[in-house]
Amino acid sequence: MSALTGSPFLQGTAERAERAARALRLWITAGPGLVWIVIFLILPSAILLAIGFFSIGNYGNPHLPLTLEPFREVAGYSILGWSPDNIETILRSLLQAISAAILTILLAYPVVFFIVAQPVALRPLLLLFVILPSWTNQVVRTYAWMELLGPGSALSHLAQTLGFIPPHLGLMPGVFAMQIGLTYNYLPYMVVPLYAAAEKLDWTLVEAGRDLYASGTKLFWSAVFPQTIPGLLSGIILVAIPAFGDYVVPTLLGGGKSMMIGSLIASQFLDTPNWPYGAALTIFMLVFTCGGLIVFRVMSKRLGTSEGSMI
Amino acid sequence: MPGTTDRGGITLEGISRVFGGGIVAVDQIDLAIRPGEFFTLLGPSGCGKTTLLRMIAGFETPDSGRIVISGREMQTVPPHRRAVNTVFQSYALFPHLNVAENIGFGLRMRGIARAERKFRTDQIMALLQIDDFATRNPAQLSGGQRQRVALARALVNEPEVVLLDEPLSALDAKLRAELQVELMRMQKRLGMTFIFVTHDQQEALVMSDRIAVMERGRLLQVGPVLDVYEQPRSVFVAEFLGLSNIWPITPAPGNTADTPLGRLTIVTPIGNERTAMIRPEKIWIYNDTAAPLDRPNIFRGTVREAIYMGASTQYRVELHDGSIVLALDTNNQAAERSWQPGEAVALEIKPENIILIDG
Ligand SMILES: Nc1ncnc2c1ncn2[C@@H]1O[C@H](COP(=O)(O)OP(=O)(O)OP(=O)(O)O)[C@@H](O)[C@H]1O
Ligand SMILES: [Mg+2]
Repeated sequence: MSALTGSPFLQGTAERAERAARALRLWITAGPGLVWIVIFLILPSAILLAIGFFSIGNYGNPHLPLTLEPFREVAGYSILGWSPDNIETILRSLLQAISAAILTILLAYPVVFFIVAQPVALRPLLLLFVILPSWTNQVVRTYAWMELLGPGSALSHLAQTLGFIPPHLGLMPGVFAMQIGLTYNYLPYMVVPLYAAAEKLDWTLVEAGRDLYASGTKLFWSAVFPQTIPGLLSGIILVAIPAFGDYVVPTLLGGGKSMMIGSLIASQFLDTPNWPYGAALTIFMLVFTCGGLIVFRVMSKRLGTSEGSMI
Repeated sequence: MPGTTDRGGITLEGISRVFGGGIVAVDQIDLAIRPGEFFTLLGPSGCGKTTLLRMIAGFETPDSGRIVISGREMQTVPPHRRAVNTVFQSYALFPHLNVAENIGFGLRMRGIARAERKFRTDQIMALLQIDDFATRNPAQLSGGQRQRVALARALVNEPEVVLLDEPLSALDAKLRAELQVELMRMQKRLGMTFIFVTHDQQEALVMSDRIAVMERGRLLQVGPVLDVYEQPRSVFVAEFLGLSNIWPITPAPGNTADTPLGRLTIVTPIGNERTAMIRPEKIWIYNDTAAPLDRPNIFRGTVREAIYMGASTQYRVELHDGSIVLALDTNNQAAERSWQPGEAVALEIKPENIILIDG
């Protein structure tokens, strides 16, 4: 053995073999994931990015020559001059996503702590009840809300009688209905990470808080809430990002006046075909979302508690 | 006013706590702790010490019985309204707050101004030698440092009663001895009542005014340190606190009793007692040739083991009939008063040092 390692030649090959083995292991473990990411994320994004630099053909398809026109259009410039429509759409989407996150947070905390207060054996079942609706198709669930909020519905009649909305109109379509749809659809994505945090809550810290004169809301904010922050941050991301780009809810419940960026993009491919513009919008949304994530991450780092969350 | 004179006094009457599955953690405990007393609970793991403290703090509701603190009935008083602070066995430090914030938490919740908070926090941190870590998070501390933060977090509030659940267990011997002194000094100066749990007998003996020995949810004996150590009323207490030689006895004529060692002379005639106990340090040890044969209770034997413990040496002596006796001798003399395994020695068990125990 010592004779073998003593030879510089053999030592070199052994080292090389070792390095090759390590590289092989890396490819075997990380390879499939990498291939998946390349095929389903990098490649489509690259294609979209490319399409964004084409002119529009007769059927909305990408066509030569290359141009920056689609991106100018995203910024609001067209042959008709500048219009604030896109900025409004983006702001509306952002606002809807943020308020959906806030509403799901407000709903999820009581739900989660109700579940955690139950006997251990019962908890998975209760959690299942929260998750179960999300196993059905989102379109079906959103249709149900169309029925509930439409002009002829009982809820709309009630709102008319109370004077919230003019007679003969419904609670749908509009921003209000959209908000309900988003909150309803994304609630499980807030409940699940929050539940994970609440279930492993260290209750001795709550006792320490009570021992040190804290009670009620003070106790919640000082001993309970900080422990749920990792779950909360994960939940915000899981809700806000898909809600920002949601297409089903604004299309079915929002109506023409409350366009969101998801439905705007979809219509460039489905209704008035304009692939380069749609591609440019998509790329913009991707960059915007990543930027948002980075800002969020920096902010939660500053909170000093992002430890353990998925970002 | 009933509250003024009894400030810091605790009365437990018939306190019990039964957990699910019929585990009786605390069983009908009656106890009166005086204001400003350093009271120590001793007992084997799982005997109910923590459960008892948790009931006094208010985290656990007794299944029966009454708790009175500072003259006030505690039945309906939640933990945050009790003038009691706890040093938790598991520390329970807030991970999202740094050391200074952890310590200042109770003061902040009571609405004490920032300046005074800082003053008091700084003071206690210096006292417990943790001022260097003020801005660190608990995760960045060693076990012993965390334990001192937990201690500071309770003491800084200067409550009437402090419950300390093994508060020094993670410290090295030197720091431990220093903090023992510091704690006792602080407790006396501020007149706080301490209920202290420890597994360290030495610590219990050094620090306490009174101690209670607990077993399976019951108090076996409560009293001043000296009494409990010198006059244990049960074999369990004798064996739990300190080292002991224990023999079954049967009455014999006169002031004597028969034991496995042979006939033993005692001070008074035996009543109902069926056990004799003597502490190893109360046994005199002689060179075999120098045995004072004119005195009672001289037993000859051979040293089987000599355990050097610094200030003293512990000997296991085998008597001629095969029974083993533990004897302790201080190492304050020259080498002629220390024995090696195999040496022949004589032991003297003075009648006045023998403790008779019921049952
Ligand atoms: N929440 C609980 N549910 C059920 N049993 C419990 C609970 N807490 C404690 N016990 C049981 O009650 C008994 C007393 O526990 P306790 O924690 O008071 O012991 P202890 O004297 O503090 O022990 P140690 O010295 O190991 O800390 C033990 O048998 C324990 O298993
Ligand atoms: Mg304990």
